[in-house]
Amino acid sequence: MSLFKVSGDKELAQLLAWAAGEQRTLEICSTGVSTYFGRPVNAQHQLDVSGLNGIVDYQPEELVLTVKAATALSEIEAALWQQQQSLAFEPPRFAQLLGLDTDANTIGGMVSCGLAGPRRFKVGSVRDFVLGMAAVSGRGEAFVCGGKVIKNVTGYDLPKLLTGSYGTLAVLHEVTLKTLPTPQTQCTVLIKNLEVAAAVALMNSVLRTDVDLSGASFLPANLDFPARPYSCPLVALRLEGFTASVSSRVDLLRTYLDLNTQIQLLDTAASAPLWAAIRDVQPFATTARQGVVWRVAVPAAAAAAFLGTLSSTLQFQYYLDWAGGLIWMQLASSEEPHAEALRRVLQSCGGYATLIRASRAVRAATAVFQPQSAPLAALTQRIKQQFDPRGILNPGRMYPGV
Amino acid sequence: MQMPELIIERLRAAVPDGVHTDAAARRPYDMDAYTLRRQLPWVVVLPASTAQVVAVLKICHEFNLKLVPRGAGTSLSGGALPLADGILLGLSRLNQILEVDYANRAVTCQCGVTNLAITQAVQAEGFYYAPDPSSQIACTIGGNIAENSGGVHCLKYGMTTHNLLGLTVVTIDGEVLQLGGKYLDAPGYDLLGVLTGSEGLLGIVTEATVRILRKPPTARAALLGFVSNEAAGDTVAAIIAAGIIPAGMEMMDQAAVHAVEQFVHAGYPLDVAALLIVEVDGVSAEVDELMEKIQSIAHHHGALHCRVSRDEAERTLFWAGRKAAFPAVGRISPDYLCMDGTIPRKQLSYVLTRMSELAVEYQLRVVNVFHAGDGNLHPLILFDASQDGELQRAEELGAAILKLCVEVGGVLTGEHGVGVEKRDLMPLQFSEIDLAHQQRLKCAFDPKGLMNPGKVFPTLHRCAELGQLHVHAGQLPFPHLPRF
Repeated sequence: MSLFKVSGDKELAQLLAWAAGEQRTLEICSTGVSTYFGRPVNAQHQLDVSGLNGIVDYQPEELVLTVKAATALSEIEAALWQQQQSLAFEPPRFAQLLGLDTDANTIGGMVSCGLAGPRRFKVGSVRDFVLGMAAVSGRGEAFVCGGKVIKNVTGYDLPKLLTGSYGTLAVLHEVTLKTLPTPQTQCTVLIKNLEVAAAVALMNSVLRTDVDLSGASFLPANLDFPARPYSCPLVALRLEGFTASVSSRVDLLRTYLDLNTQIQLLDTAASAPLWAAIRDVQPFATTARQGVVWRVAVPAAAAAAFLGTLSSTLQFQYYLDWAGGLIWMQLASSEEPHAEALRRVLQSCGGYATLIRASRAVRAATAVFQPQSAPLAALTQRIKQQFDPRGILNPGRMYPGV
Repeated sequence: MQMPELIIERLRAAVPDGVHTDAAARRPYDMDAYTLRRQLPWVVVLPASTAQVVAVLKICHEFNLKLVPRGAGTSLSGGALPLADGILLGLSRLNQILEVDYANRAVTCQCGVTNLAITQAVQAEGFYYAPDPSSQIACTIGGNIAENSGGVHCLKYGMTTHNLLGLTVVTIDGEVLQLGGKYLDAPGYDLLGVLTGSEGLLGIVTEATVRILRKPPTARAALLGFVSNEAAGDTVAAIIAAGIIPAGMEMMDQAAVHAVEQFVHAGYPLDVAALLIVEVDGVSAEVDELMEKIQSIAHHHGALHCRVSRDEAERTLFWAGRKAAFPAVGRISPDYLCMDGTIPRKQLSYVLTRMSELAVEYQLRVVNVFHAGDGNLHPLILFDASQDGELQRAEELGAAILKLCVEVGGVLTGEHGVGVEKRDLMPLQFSEIDLAHQQRLKCAFDPKGLMNPGKVFPTLHRCAELGQLHVHAGQLPFPHLPRF
């Protein structure tokens, strides 16, 4: 399989125009992380876009950042940190989880997968922070969509379509993102020894108060990882903002909790690493056993019931994020993903499951992404057809034929 | 039976009590809040359920009948302007709230429920639906989704697209799709995202699930008066640089302040070049701290006036003026055009200066209100339609202002939508190839082009034509700007 490396958007357009004309399939890559993720792509060539990197324009007071697509996430976050800003949706890094040495996540990868971290339930996901893009479609045509301002309804919101499309519609070469000020301080309130149903109920009831959480996670007892502060079951509630506000809200939280509740406070220095670990699925990155890992989303209040039903069918470890709205689970087996069993139980509460870690063989044989209803699948195919009529971009990355 | 009669018969069978053919019944639907154009539709159809919407769309698909969807008809860009040979599909009969789920902080309702009605359904429990367009007492959630509506508080709480969890959409072939739900981030392509802001061109949303938020315990507003637009603009930038994202930040120029003060008597200072209203909300410790910082920043930038609301009544009064800006302008001028464009905030002084030069050129007055936090401008062009040529000059000035917005790196519309009003200006912002990619999305949803044709896109391409694979050489306007 030959590798093409492009150094600029003009080359990219020329290459894709050639590939469309010659009907040559391409797997889009830069740091190689994507090979371990999603449905395996069997393409005739690889397209390395890692040369499309660099910060193009950053205007902190406008909350706008424009970067070339293959710029490293770490480079972006360093530049934002200098201005006391950040990507509010906390993009995760899966390199450790996937067993890779590299920690090279790119903006393009982040946008193509559209996955966000613990703060997502409060501030939104990647798609809520992508303002505009310049890309080349599977037609080999360069186009722009969106804008460089935070309030824009001109034409269709194509940036939303392209975010989370796993490189199947177009190859991004420039992305404009919305930045936000980093909260002045954070702390985490830990509540010990609640079992999962009580934990989910508590987290969701706090979300109905004025405490204004920016993180709500439940860590069952049988899950060891370096950033874990105590080994007992833990509810972790993050509060962020200006110091006086955080302090006042911690006091408010205390008034909602039973006097008997055992709580511990983590200050910023201790809080930040815990949430980074929750974000990056550290609990399953450090276990010796490399079971299949699923990422499951459900209505938050239904999490405990869902887990209860599932545990009668499957053996797994898990932890919760988004107050129960996000469930990371590691199965006992590394060979059998139990996709049908998992999704059958999901039907009772609604939601979806995505296979995140499994061998290439397992991912090739499993519905990695939640199967779609027939009309939705047909519409997905039609959209794919419109943007990539010759099917050259990451064929089969999301679904067969897409 | 003639084809038209046959179609009417089929429509009546699908929507027994909701098909209106006589002129008097169609007249109320002949325009929306974009008052410059009116058009009587061929027939008005008012379905009462998703099933009826499905039946109507299948009839449209079968007979190649065009349709224009309409929520409350509050569009400022002509999004609901009917077609002489099309159906006007009014969705306001789908007006039921279906479920309030406090556990998951979500409300599911039909598309014809008004924006404010969602808040009213949950306010007793201390919740609200955050996006607050000025027309919220009348506009429907379906319309909000079509336009991706914003409002004063979208700076902190996002626009409709950031508050939408799921929807039920009917496509032109009568297929019903459920997208999203009470879980976050629906899998697959973000169809929820592209349907929001699609201005009735891709599908008919019949139900929506939205996020509800806890109503902040405290809100306080500051009225800040400045001697220049630059000082006001610099203050806005400094507030954001201090790490503060206020709940709302609105700016009014001197002409707007005067018009409003005559009308509402909110106590606005008349000697200022620019007035800022900055609101912060949250727990009282947060509000206290932020308001202190904001005042300090304002003083640092030479604020002539600085008043902070002492109670809810005063906060409401501070806002009363801004909220009455449009009717206040209606008192000082027989007619006005409300424009809507977004610019990078740092260009504000330049744009305001340039607009006043353009106003002189076109011999018309322009009054400005501005969503200072996100750069969304609402220049109000005053004119008198009874004077020969003034309407045309006003429209031309409006187009010149929007062209200016794009020239400085902004966009044609921040929240009102493209509709018919800005349709022919789309090539200012997007090349032919850019527009073709957008229209290909349309081809996936509505290949026959039956849904709201004539809106948003200046040239209607047939999908077969768009599908051909060949290289275009489109001319990109303002190529020197890395704008996209």
